[in-house]
Amino acid sequence: MQQPTNGLLVGTRKGGFALKRSSDGTWRQVGDPIRLGVQVNDFQQDPRRPEVWLHTAGGDFHLGPTVFRSTDAGGTWAEASKPPAFDQVTEEGAEPRHDGTSRGLTVQRSFWFAPGHASESDTWYVATTPQGLFRSEDGGDTWSGVDGFNHHPQYRTWTGEPPGPPDGPFLHSVLVDPRDASHLFVSMSAGGTFESHDAGKSWAPINAGVRVDFGPEPYPEFGQDPHCVIQHPADPDLLYQQNHCGIYRVDLREGRQWSRIGDNMPKEIGDIGFGIVGHPTRPGTVWVLPMDGTRTWPRTAPGGRLAMYRTDDGGQSWTRQDSGLPACGSWIGAKRQALAVIGAPDAPEVCFGATCGEVWVGRDGGERFECVARHLPEIYSLAPAVLA
Amino acid sequence: MKVRVSSHLFEYTDGRDELEATGATARELLRDLDGRHPGLYFRVVDEQGALRRHINVFLGNRAERDLDQPLGEVDRVHVLGALSGG
Repeated sequence: MQQPTNGLLVGTRKGGFALKRSSDGTWRQVGDPIRLGVQVNDFQQDPRRPEVWLHTAGGDFHLGPTVFRSTDAGGTWAEASKPPAFDQVTEEGAEPRHDGTSRGLTVQRSFWFAPGHASESDTWYVATTPQGLFRSEDGGDTWSGVDGFNHHPQYRTWTGEPPGPPDGPFLHSVLVDPRDASHLFVSMSAGGTFESHDAGKSWAPINAGVRVDFGPEPYPEFGQDPHCVIQHPADPDLLYQQNHCGIYRVDLREGRQWSRIGDNMPKEIGDIGFGIVGHPTRPGTVWVLPMDGTRTWPRTAPGGRLAMYRTDDGGQSWTRQDSGLPACGSWIGAKRQALAVIGAPDAPEVCFGATCGEVWVGRDGGERFECVARHLPEIYSLAPAVLA
Repeated sequence: MKVRVSSHLFEYTDGRDELEATGATARELLRDLDGRHPGLYFRVVDEQGALRRHINVFLGNRAERDLDQPLGEVDRVHVLGALSGG
């Protein structure tokens, strides 16, 4: 982004919303709800061209999943002329492939956007449920499957048998290395994290050291449940992940062996959560929003006391940040795409969108939280934006 | 053939709930409509050709999930979403 981000694009269970901080510091909703009533899993501004906004639409409810695109910062919208879709079985009487690749599947949700590399100004990726990776090279108007993933011979082995998790099996956390457009990562819930060095033609699992407590083997090659994986904005050789089974970090310069930095979280809080975000300039700094992952996995703030946790030393130690947040009685959580960092790089604000429809912004890197929007539908995603 | 659609498709039909389409099957009707209302077909039929789960098609008064059934003597087709849930 050329300018500091001063707003948030919010995807919700019932539409998209744009929120902006005014010059007097107060927050307001910009314009009307976008596609009110329609499930919006992701809603993003193109960091390369801020007038371009994309949002996913539909899926689980009544109409099939598609993508809408605006080239005038949300003023007008046009639907993708070729939305993400798996290959059709075209031959008469043909059955879906039995080698486990994706032919015969149907996209249930377009779930996670990632703008392409800065050098590929019209490229976008979107990840879907069931697990599929799609690429657009015309700014989001037409989408084609990344066959190297969707048709990979190990696709079914990696993704597991349907139906997968109760909310469906997701592909997410599409990461494009800012130094190399052909270096990609994707993650699956469940399935694990995978790396490509050739723009998605081939893939390899990178899950060493990441625990599985829901299967017979604690450290398999794949099959883990990453909830959110980031390539740190201040150091692309550092990956951090919030997993179903803890918080992890790997330094790619040293290999592909993850370390469980969540072991350093307070034991009474644990290291379960969904989202994770990084500081714009400090590679040792990330934030998480812990959730209760005990017994029945309520996925709410531990003890009803909402807090973010921040590390400034790569996960060796963690600091609780709850100033301004309700002291008790917060039986809510935040989805994996609902954490974001906005503001100037030297004075970032960490934000989260709660499942109860509240948006919280933590000034001074989370030192003081303020609720800037409430009564929105259940929030699925938050994305930083530069708003006029 | 008259085709009635429910409100969640109005974005594609300029707010109209009744359209004219030609075809010998519901699929052909929907394809015909998609030519004039781009995107409508994919929102109600998935990439494998199946009617989406929460869309109901009625040939006259008869519910039909096989979009390739001949329309026969039917004079009206309904494409409706069960707008249910919270």
